[in-house]
Amino acid sequence: MSALGDIGRNLRLLPSTLRGSIVRHGAVGSDRARSQAVFSNFFLHVHATRVHKHSLRPSTTWGLGVVALILFGILCVTGTLLMVYYKPSVADAYDSVKDLAFVVPTGRMMRNVHRWAAHGMVAVVLLHMARVFYTGSYAGPRAFNWVLGMVLLVLTLGLSFTGYLLPWDQLAYWAITIGANIAQSPREITDALGVTGTFDPGGMTRDLLLGASTVGQEALIRFYVLHVVVLPVALSVICAVHIWRIRKDGGINRPVDIDLELGPDVRGGRAIFPEGSGKTYGLMALVEGRTAAVDRGPEHTVPSWPHLFQAQMLLLVLTTLAMLALGYFFDAPLKEIANPAIPENPAKAPWYFLGLQELVSYSAFAGGIFIPTIVVIGLMLIPYLDRETDGAGRWFAGRRGKRVALSSALFSALFVSGLLWFTVEAGWLRNWVPDIPQLVITVFNPGTVLVVAFAAWSLGTVHRTGSTRMGAIALFTCFLIAFAIMTYFATYLRGPNWGFYWSASDWPELH
Amino acid sequence: MKDVEKKPLQESERFASEVPRRDLLGLAAFWSFIGTGVVMVAGALRLPMPSVFPETGSKFRIGKPDRYAVGSSTRISDRNVLVLRDGGGFRALSLVCTHLGCISQREESGAFVCPCHGSRFDATGKVVEGPAPSPLRYLEVSRMPSGDLVVDRDRPVPPDRRLAV
Ligand code: HEM
Ligand code: FES
Repeated sequence: MSALGDIGRNLRLLPSTLRGSIVRHGAVGSDRARSQAVFSNFFLHVHATRVHKHSLRPSTTWGLGVVALILFGILCVTGTLLMVYYKPSVADAYDSVKDLAFVVPTGRMMRNVHRWAAHGMVAVVLLHMARVFYTGSYAGPRAFNWVLGMVLLVLTLGLSFTGYLLPWDQLAYWAITIGANIAQSPREITDALGVTGTFDPGGMTRDLLLGASTVGQEALIRFYVLHVVVLPVALSVICAVHIWRIRKDGGINRPVDIDLELGPDVRGGRAIFPEGSGKTYGLMALVEGRTAAVDRGPEHTVPSWPHLFQAQMLLLVLTTLAMLALGYFFDAPLKEIANPAIPENPAKAPWYFLGLQELVSYSAFAGGIFIPTIVVIGLMLIPYLDRETDGAGRWFAGRRGKRVALSSALFSALFVSGLLWFTVEAGWLRNWVPDIPQLVITVFNPGTVLVVAFAAWSLGTVHRTGSTRMGAIALFTCFLIAFAIMTYFATYLRGPNWGFYWSASDWPELH
Repeated sequence: MKDVEKKPLQESERFASEVPRRDLLGLAAFWSFIGTGVVMVAGALRLPMPSVFPETGSKFRIGKPDRYAVGSSTRISDRNVLVLRDGGGFRALSLVCTHLGCISQREESGAFVCPCHGSRFDATGKVVEGPAPSPLRYLEVSRMPSGDLVVDRDRPVPPDRRLAV
């Protein structure tokens, strides 16, 4: 009898017991309650309960890491929707993409948003890397997070590359043919040494990538699996570690003397939670960091809820609106169906690979494998080769760094433009010595000349300034500017047969 | 180091120090764990490495010799080869660019140019400009008992090798 009564009472209490079983915190009417919510909620607890004011300044991060994450989220959602109709078979792929663009309700919008968010993510991740670099936020405890970031960059590019094949149009087919042959290009070396028969790493990677000797059904399925499962899962896992480590490494990097700079905290010596104490609270839960603010209150910090969350929601709204606008006004390109007999002319990779395509047009191995590999390894090593902490957390580590960055940018701009002008006007070794062995060109070409010049400039800077940080800034700036100029050059000044043209209106008629 | 030794050992530390280092079972367990991991990864990576290629053989027929006039060059479009016949016989020139695999196209002058990164080859296939590391390849031409000509995509031959008919 009373047990039956219990059921009645429990039923009446259901709304509150249900809520209590899901969320572990009470009403969020006070700072303390909100902090407890952040602390005990699975989705919120990636954030610290309080953040430093410096971390919330737009100029600290420009929100770029968060935007990268939001774009990845948008890509996962739109990508899953596209999967509903997309068919990864040579016979159907192109038609299913056409259906998405012309028949499926909202299909065109989803495809457009997916495409622009993918481009956006590459751009934003690159900018995020630059901001982390120039604020010196790779030093000290953050060294390994920088390395994880590099892995994320490579995964992001891998996602773009594998996604590029899926529409199975002319652009897709030839970009991937070129890409797969770049994977095979160690043969440029093994052929020259005459050992390809016994030792053929190039052929092996190509076989692994394509599952065949040319781009076809096998390759399409492989790229599909990489694009929709392997790479997104890898990226999600490493992203989780990346973001978890930000907290473990003490939150967003900030100058050591920032608290002095900001002056005394307006709240004076007041307790963090003035609204009375319900529960004792470990300080650990409130202030993350190696420099756990022992004997200093968490000065200049504000509760994550609402300050950080509002900022993040603003970024979410702005990013989503930007993607919707792009998707509404601009259609993602779709060329004719893949034709293995006639390449697009010019056959251009997506913009972020065009700088590489320019390098590859000097030597496949040097431009496609050697230089990218040393750039990636070089970037990963930065925090281990430069361990200075002076000025960490400040853009360019102060005045001197700004000057170094500026002079390096100027040097790189002049050097790269000069070199491009020279190769366009005068050609390169093969134009002068027609029978020159390929190995000589592989070792000595405009790409490798650039790398050597930048390395020399950077070592010179280290010598001149006596600072490894300045050397790192010099090197990074040189490569960044070279990347920008090469990308521009290959996008706008290269035409049919990879010839040089001031403008597309000068392109010859093609038959 | 000395400071540490002065402190009394914790329960767990005392236990650890009593266990012989070369604990056979422990080592065996550890290395079987590592071994399992290695075998799993190697096995997983072996699968995508194709041992049979899906392509339908490397040879393809290009028809009877009388389809090709002496002195002609004919493009077999879906195979990306150019069949050349001169007084000495037949040759087959692959149009696949030796740089990164685009298809080079013949210009009116008879030279070949690749659209992807601008490699140029003269009428015989020799590189004259651009990043291609080696000349266009000539492929083996042979004749079947039926009289049909056959080209083998996987068998490059020297540029002067002709099949006389
Ligand atoms: C998928 C790509 C990536 C995502 C989603 C991502 C996400 C984030 C987020 C949300 C933050 C917090 C601070 C901020 O918004 O700037 C952050 C910080 C950081 N990221 Fe990334 N990131 C990515 C790629 C990279 C790359 C390419 C690098 C560098 C190679 C990198 C290195 C770092 C480092 C060192 C920090 C800590 C910075 C500091 O403490 O000031 N990340 N990342
Ligand atoms: S593929 Fe022919 S020039 Fe690059």
